[in-house]
Amino acid sequence: MSITIRNLSSVYNPGTPFEVRALDNINLSIGEGEFVGLIGPTGSGKSTLVQHFNGLIRPSQGEVVVDGRSLTDKATDLREVRQRVGLVFQYPEHQLFEETVFADVAFGPKNQGVPEAELKERVNEALTLVGLDPSAICDRSPFELSGGQMRRVAIAGILAMRPKVLVLDEPTAGLDPQGRDELLDQLQQLHSRAGMTVILVSHSMEDIARVATRLVVLHRGQIVADGSPRQVFTQAKMLMDVGLGVPQVTELMLALREKGYPVPEVALTVEEACAIILGLHRGGEGQ
Amino acid sequence: MSILKNVTIGQYYPGDSVVHRLDPRTKLVLSFAFIIVLFLVNGFLPYLWLAALVMVVAQIARVPLKIMLRGLSPLKFIIALTFLLHLFTTRGGTVLWQLGFLRIESNGLAQGAFLAFRLILLVVATSLLTLTTSPIALTDGLERILSPGARFGLPAHELAMMMTIALRFIPTLIEEADKIMRAQLARGADFESGGLIKRAKSLLPLLVPLFVSAFRRADELAMAMEARAYRGGKHRTRLKVLKYTAKDFWAYFLAALAFGIAYFLGRWV
Repeated sequence: MSITIRNLSSVYNPGTPFEVRALDNINLSIGEGEFVGLIGPTGSGKSTLVQHFNGLIRPSQGEVVVDGRSLTDKATDLREVRQRVGLVFQYPEHQLFEETVFADVAFGPKNQGVPEAELKERVNEALTLVGLDPSAICDRSPFELSGGQMRRVAIAGILAMRPKVLVLDEPTAGLDPQGRDELLDQLQQLHSRAGMTVILVSHSMEDIARVATRLVVLHRGQIVADGSPRQVFTQAKMLMDVGLGVPQVTELMLALREKGYPVPEVALTVEEACAIILGLHRGGEGQ
Repeated sequence: MSILKNVTIGQYYPGDSVVHRLDPRTKLVLSFAFIIVLFLVNGFLPYLWLAALVMVVAQIARVPLKIMLRGLSPLKFIIALTFLLHLFTTRGGTVLWQLGFLRIESNGLAQGAFLAFRLILLVVATSLLTLTTSPIALTDGLERILSPGARFGLPAHELAMMMTIALRFIPTLIEEADKIMRAQLARGADFESGGLIKRAKSLLPLLVPLFVSAFRRADELAMAMEARAYRGGKHRTRLKVLKYTAKDFWAYFLAALAFGIAYFLGRWV
């Protein structure tokens, strides 16, 4: 299961005074089992790009190939592609509509033609994956849940379709720190345990640094950096220039280096930075 | 690909012509007067005169003919139906064509063409109003026109505010509907196939979230307005005070002249 994008450009309202070039000649290949963080400032084209992954937006130029099949090809069944590339929109809780959580989560698989008997199993599995207790929540109305729960139910609605690739557009926006950490942990587990390919769209460096194995930076519709988080964060100046910045711990490392301390350029998490600084401290005491 | 992009309501065509700069009250009153004249006078000649009038105003406003006629497309069915009904049912004059029980007589042709003409003029003239007046100016003008009614308990300001808000949120709701539609498409929803009942049912995943979000937005807007101490129309001052200028009086004068000519053309020619 791989996604390959060749020379993709996307233009909104072509030929009118409101023409906007959202994506400009994007080339990107995402392999199976990757955890890609797609990052960029507001208006950089992230959301437009991910909607190309499952054919919700047709490319103005170029092509998108999912699993060897081009989405511009008329013979490609887009509904089948949408099942394999699950896309969780921004604020997915705004698309909940059914009377019960069960019915809402079952909406996707039902559309796929999953038999009734299997639905329960699918829904239970999906709800468990996002850390909810199926027996406690299934019969409740999705509208009486808390914001964080609603978001998980909405994500479960996509997971119940058993996608091979999970794309999430700003899944942590508006969640409290605890909810955010839990969600990111669950995504990491989906990736490591279930072997799912995950593409996480965000503009939070902290979130992405924690979980992604690869980072793609988008700026004004173009890819300006692509590599492991460590590689990308060494380009701190470029990231600041496009309005993103680096995680605060990396900033701390940079400040320490400027003061002449022998620390590495990049630390991805607070724990890592803590270990480095403690090591430095102990080393210093030893002298 | 935006699924709902083709919906155009309250289409304002920005410009800086004399017509654009007229006081919205002038344009509202004259458009209303135009409609009354349209129903008062009969005959092709005055209608040709009125049509020429609309064309001249459109020329001055620099609104392309194509955009003017765009407003007709949702109504082409009604216009065609009006024409056909009168064509086949109005009796009188010479028989032009007959097939079984279907018969076209010359009066029917004239009546059908005349009423279709009236409808087209009605739509084109009123769309000229919305094309050259921004929605905000329009509701502003309406509020001022209705404000004398406040003495008799007419909530002029509230009505205008409601209209402003409604107009303001049309594009927002269209965008929202578009987004929800995509989200449901990503979950394998199917909005296009099946019979009438199946299709109506398939709209539920779109309509329920849309209503929920509309209510949420309304709630938030009400809160935000109250937070800025909005208490309705009393004692509110405005940034742009509407003021009649010389061009408005000229517009009234010329329009009165033109409408008078239309009336006499209908009477004596």
